[in-house]
Amino acid sequence: MGAMMSGTLWFSRLGWLSRYGLVLALAGITLGLAAVNPNFLAPQNLWTLLRQVSINGILAVGVTYVLLTGGVDLSLGSMVALAGVVAAHGAHPGGYPWGVPVLMGVMTGVLGGGFNGLAITRGRVPPFIATLGMMTAARGLALVLSGGRPVSNLSREFTRLSSAEVLGIPVPVVVLGVTAWGSHVVLRHLRLGRHVYAVGGNENAARASGISVEGVKLFAYAVCGGLAGLAGVVQAARITTGQPNTGIMYELDAIAAAVIGGTSLSGGVGGIGGTLLGVLLLGVISSGLDWLGVSSYYQQIVKGAIILGAVWLDRRGEGRGENLIEPPGGKP
Amino acid sequence: MSMTPAAHEAGWILEVRGLSKAFPGVQALRDAQLAVRRGEIHAVLGENGAGKSTLMNILIGLQTADAGQIRFGGRPVRFRHPHEALRSGLAMIHQELMPFPELTVAENIHIGHEPASRWLGWVDRKAMNRTAARLLERLGLPLAPTRPMRELSVAEMQTVEIARALAHEAALIIMDEPTSAISAREAEALFGIMEDLRARGVAMLYISHKLDEVFRLADTVTVLRDGRWVGTRPRRGLDRATLVAWMVGRVLAAPDTPAARSPGPVALAVRGLSRRGCFRGVSFELRRCEVLGLAGLMGAGRTPLGRALFGLAPADAGEIRVHGRPARIGCPRDALALGIGWVGEDRRRDGLVPTMSVGHNVTLASLRRCCTGPWICRRRERALAAESLRGVGVRGARAGQRVTGLSGGNQQKVVLAKTLLNGPDILILDEPTRGIDVGAKAELHALISGLAGAGKAVLLISSELPELLALSDRILVMREGVFTAEVDARSATQEEILRWAMAGGAGPGLVGGGARL
Repeated sequence: MGAMMSGTLWFSRLGWLSRYGLVLALAGITLGLAAVNPNFLAPQNLWTLLRQVSINGILAVGVTYVLLTGGVDLSLGSMVALAGVVAAHGAHPGGYPWGVPVLMGVMTGVLGGGFNGLAITRGRVPPFIATLGMMTAARGLALVLSGGRPVSNLSREFTRLSSAEVLGIPVPVVVLGVTAWGSHVVLRHLRLGRHVYAVGGNENAARASGISVEGVKLFAYAVCGGLAGLAGVVQAARITTGQPNTGIMYELDAIAAAVIGGTSLSGGVGGIGGTLLGVLLLGVISSGLDWLGVSSYYQQIVKGAIILGAVWLDRRGEGRGENLIEPPGGKP
Repeated sequence: MSMTPAAHEAGWILEVRGLSKAFPGVQALRDAQLAVRRGEIHAVLGENGAGKSTLMNILIGLQTADAGQIRFGGRPVRFRHPHEALRSGLAMIHQELMPFPELTVAENIHIGHEPASRWLGWVDRKAMNRTAARLLERLGLPLAPTRPMRELSVAEMQTVEIARALAHEAALIIMDEPTSAISAREAEALFGIMEDLRARGVAMLYISHKLDEVFRLADTVTVLRDGRWVGTRPRRGLDRATLVAWMVGRVLAAPDTPAARSPGPVALAVRGLSRRGCFRGVSFELRRCEVLGLAGLMGAGRTPLGRALFGLAPADAGEIRVHGRPARIGCPRDALALGIGWVGEDRRRDGLVPTMSVGHNVTLASLRRCCTGPWICRRRERALAAESLRGVGVRGARAGQRVTGLSGGNQQKVVLAKTLLNGPDILILDEPTRGIDVGAKAELHALISGLAGAGKAVLLISSELPELLALSDRILVMREGVFTAEVDARSATQEEILRWAMAGGAGPGLVGGGARL
């Protein structure tokens, strides 16, 4: 996360502060919960927490690409279900080695995301509508492929993808870590990543700079879909079935995390570091409320308030000076 | 001979005094004044950027002035929004009409003051249609009030807008280039309506570039230049030559005359280039070490031509040769690969990525130059950006700074730096000095001259004639999508170019409304 702030100092002081504020809020809430119940900071609990947020984390990393281009993807939850069902079909005992169902799940996501991208670039369908269509269609396809029932009887090799550990770290957390780190590198250090930011910041200027706006968008939606597929595989391994009804509203949690982390819905601003902070903040709060015995009904209200509050703070900062909308009639 | 707005007499409908307005980096209006009598047609003239639009926007409450007073109908006013102005009897017919296409003609006329019952605001459709029909009849437009607005022609929509103004009993109607999008016959009908309104005591502020219309209609003429009021005179007693000289006759800190340059080989050759609705049959040659000016009024097709050459809105007929080889330019990438660079007229729309730093904006089009494979080498990028910024003379700005924090002039230099970093041989510059202050303007002029001197072929599109005359070797004049003249920049005068650029000037061509561009 530190790398995000290094290099260029172009974040306005306020942007810096809001980012800093997010870290502070996270630390404050964690310490507060630890004060109420010291067991909250026990390593076992922290690993559980990370494991819990890993699926939303993978989705949020993916949707960050799309949000950075100025788009949105509402089909993530359905894609999780579809990819899970597809992967489960390839994961019965005595079938393929575990890599095959994983790849099947990811490719399902890439294809779905790629279709979104084509509908948006070639078909000129607004992202909201295109991915809304995919949300419904992918869910339907998941139900068709599974006959409406969970695809069960998965190999232990496959379900271990959720329970196993690598160097003492749960596999889902490793997957999230690798995904996030890789995405951070792509977005901050590769030409392609810079193009993603440019397209979201000003599509016209990006095109005039010789950037293939359509290609960049296609890439963003395909990656986003692919990561949703990956999240679907992890989810299937975790619940040991391919569930066609899983993942409902997951896209909204992922978008919320990215937005809390400072990614702008209008594109061009944000990054993986902020998104991870958003994921952690949402995770800590929901886990903390569990610890405090707050009912899940109230938890939703709290989550909603946090999303509103975070974006409100963000807008307040933006409203001044630099991002003023031009007066009607434009320049003299 | 010029009249200053005197203390308010009974005859003035509008008096404006000391109006000033600054935008970041440019003073759009300084101490402007205007006085309009009841029942007169008052033309406001001035070059692009003279401050006409800003003045009108302030009058109707779209923008707020920094200083100055406005009296309307004898009362001091400061409208907060156009609807408040309209309710008080000051209407504006915009150049780009803003109707509600899905509503009916009657609904458009009554928008914002529908005849409605007190209870629940139930709209009295019959009354609305009756009033609308009466107003339209008064304007001589036999149009069913129940027709949806989207079925109407531009001229008809315009008349509906006028009917809307009359529904509010407007005492003053501002018309911003009302004939720019309608045919000569329709313009004739509009003039009839205007004369009729004048006879009924409605005053009109009339903005136009077409001198014929001004001479035909206006009672009084006010000229603005560089945001200042230059003068107001009765139209009688003015002749065309005097008026043109008055509009352009500024004492200008002329940019340095181009250093002796001898044009090199042809870099860009265009033959019979056309794009429907924009320009047609355009042919010219652009040489290395040359600045070719492109003059014309707004909407003459200069900007679409520049965009076509850069592949943003490709031409649909004609031939382009780059360095003698036939070229197909279908998108900006094609153009960039051919060594063509482009700086658009609107740097906010086409130039800058506002969310990025200055440095990232500069390197955006040439990231390959600071990459190893797909990796951006930050050190190389920083060095390249810094060098490029120095090259265009951006001072007092860090590469890491947010680009939106820069002055207009520096922003323009950043866009130019981005374009130059790609190493183009051919540069298309569309209004490169629009909306920036005098100092930065002079620096940009020196830069452009320097680029041509260094062997680049520059196509310079500008609405500022002194700029064109000072920087160019040759100037092509465009009107309504075709070239009307090519003049030698050393011997040409502003008056000559303006005549070729304006319909109804001494040049050949159509008189009156002309085709829509």
